[in-house]
Amino acid sequence: MIQHVKDPVLEVHDLTVSYQRKPVLWDVDLTLPSQALVGIIGPNGAGKSTLIKAIMGLLPLNSGFVELFGKSLEEVRKRVSYVPQRESVDWDFPASALDVAMMGTYGQLGLFRRPGAREKKLAMEALEKVGMQDFAQRQISQLSGGQQQRVFLARALAQDADLYLMDEPFAGVDIATETAIIQLLRQMREAGKTVVVVHHDLQSAQDYFDWVILLNMRLIASGPTDETLTPALLEKTYGGRLTELSRVSELLHKKNFPIRETKPTRK
Amino acid sequence: MNIDAFWIIFTGSLVAICCSLLGCFLILRRMAMVGDAISHAVLPGIVLAFLFSGSREVWTMLIGAAALGVACTFLIEFFHKKAGVQADASIGVTFTWLFALGIILISVYAGKVDLDQDCVLYGEIAYVPLDLWFTESGRNLGPRTVWIIGGVLLILVLFISFFYKQLYLTSFDSAFAAAIGISTTLWYYLLMSAVSLTTVAAFESVGAILVVALMVGPPATAYLLTDDLKKMLLLSSGLGIIASAAGFYLALWLNGSVAGAISAVIGVQFTLAFVFSPSHGIIARNRKGLAAPRMAEATVEPVL
Repeated sequence: MIQHVKDPVLEVHDLTVSYQRKPVLWDVDLTLPSQALVGIIGPNGAGKSTLIKAIMGLLPLNSGFVELFGKSLEEVRKRVSYVPQRESVDWDFPASALDVAMMGTYGQLGLFRRPGAREKKLAMEALEKVGMQDFAQRQISQLSGGQQQRVFLARALAQDADLYLMDEPFAGVDIATETAIIQLLRQMREAGKTVVVVHHDLQSAQDYFDWVILLNMRLIASGPTDETLTPALLEKTYGGRLTELSRVSELLHKKNFPIRETKPTRK
Repeated sequence: MNIDAFWIIFTGSLVAICCSLLGCFLILRRMAMVGDAISHAVLPGIVLAFLFSGSREVWTMLIGAAALGVACTFLIEFFHKKAGVQADASIGVTFTWLFALGIILISVYAGKVDLDQDCVLYGEIAYVPLDLWFTESGRNLGPRTVWIIGGVLLILVLFISFFYKQLYLTSFDSAFAAAIGISTTLWYYLLMSAVSLTTVAAFESVGAILVVALMVGPPATAYLLTDDLKKMLLLSSGLGIIASAAGFYLALWLNGSVAGAISAVIGVQFTLAFVFSPSHGIIARNRKGLAAPRMAEATVEPVL
């Protein structure tokens, strides 16, 4: 079930990506509507992060192309924002939350201009939106996992883009942060932005997203949530493993005891 | 303080600032030993420059050495990225065989080359005041080294102050940098060229050991004392200057090697910071009941 849209915000055309000749993404072809909250869902190793990295031009493509707003990435870089996985950086780096948020403004500054008062103001506003204004001067290693994730989001907000690509923003964050983030993402959608999120948890996917991409090396489905999060398509995405999973979750659902995939947070 | 003492401390301080500034970025990228690698890998460059030009003119040597220094960082990156060898292993493999190549070249052309490892690797800071620069009219401009290192320092200060944001961002988060259109490869090679230039200009006069000590010691000490990269840059420069002055007088008192004494002071500074740093020292950590030092759970790959 792959549904295409007219005038897409993002078009991925016949995309194949491999690591050292081993294909990770195979012939992915999809389009995304504007003003949507999009979830990329699939098992571990399905190529979810790879898809985002390929869209951002961080990996060489074996075949296919990506168009954003009908143009190449180079032409619209300032309208696109990327939030890497939290674990991908060294949080002991000598930087404050404000320093990190300010990095979101670097793209607008060009080669020589240094961030000044205006950039600082933008970064502070972004920190306020994620509720981190009180931690602006805090060194980033002294923040909890959820707070670090919010700082990463603030950095993306400071970019003031139209399309946001986020790699597992809900991984290892506490419930309060998860709620705060999803509220923020909804506000962003109301403001006309498109947000694409790599997501792990099937339970919450249903309420979070209005468009879902099911991925397992190949594209299984791409379309409105109601039409994609069906048992048949999920079965196809997760293979045999889902039967166990769905039985367990159904059982828990009946008991009104939602499960949630959580990773241990940082000490 | 006589004029010779002044020149030695002044040269040491200039070298210390150059090395510390770059060292801060190197240790944050987990490439601290790149300075060591470059200081060895330039040997074949110096020999080849000599064989081709037939002169021991300082500029030919510098160009030959700097070219090999950059080539060395290119190979390190190449082995790391293309062959998947760990960054530190890649550093080790690259500079040892380049150094060996230099030694072979020297031994093969021994009769024709008025060079030896000593004058390349163990330049002596105490001799700085002996190599003076005179104008045509005979005016004394001070030691030649001071002018060379001073020029390098000027280039570095301009480089870091103009491009601080690029260096900062590519060191912290290369994927995000690439996503907003800042080339991580370009800034890696510019930084490595700067390291190469500094190492080559500095070790000729103060010796390789001191260059490596200054490139790693003061930045590592400053890292224990502050959480702000700008302060870390200033602090490590300051620590380097103090080490140069204190090391000189220690050497004078012991009647020993100046480079050795400066390196020893750097070690003492690090130990003091390790024990007494208000934020990351072991005493402060024990008092706060924080057992785990930072870095302990870092599982990040070395950033390009």
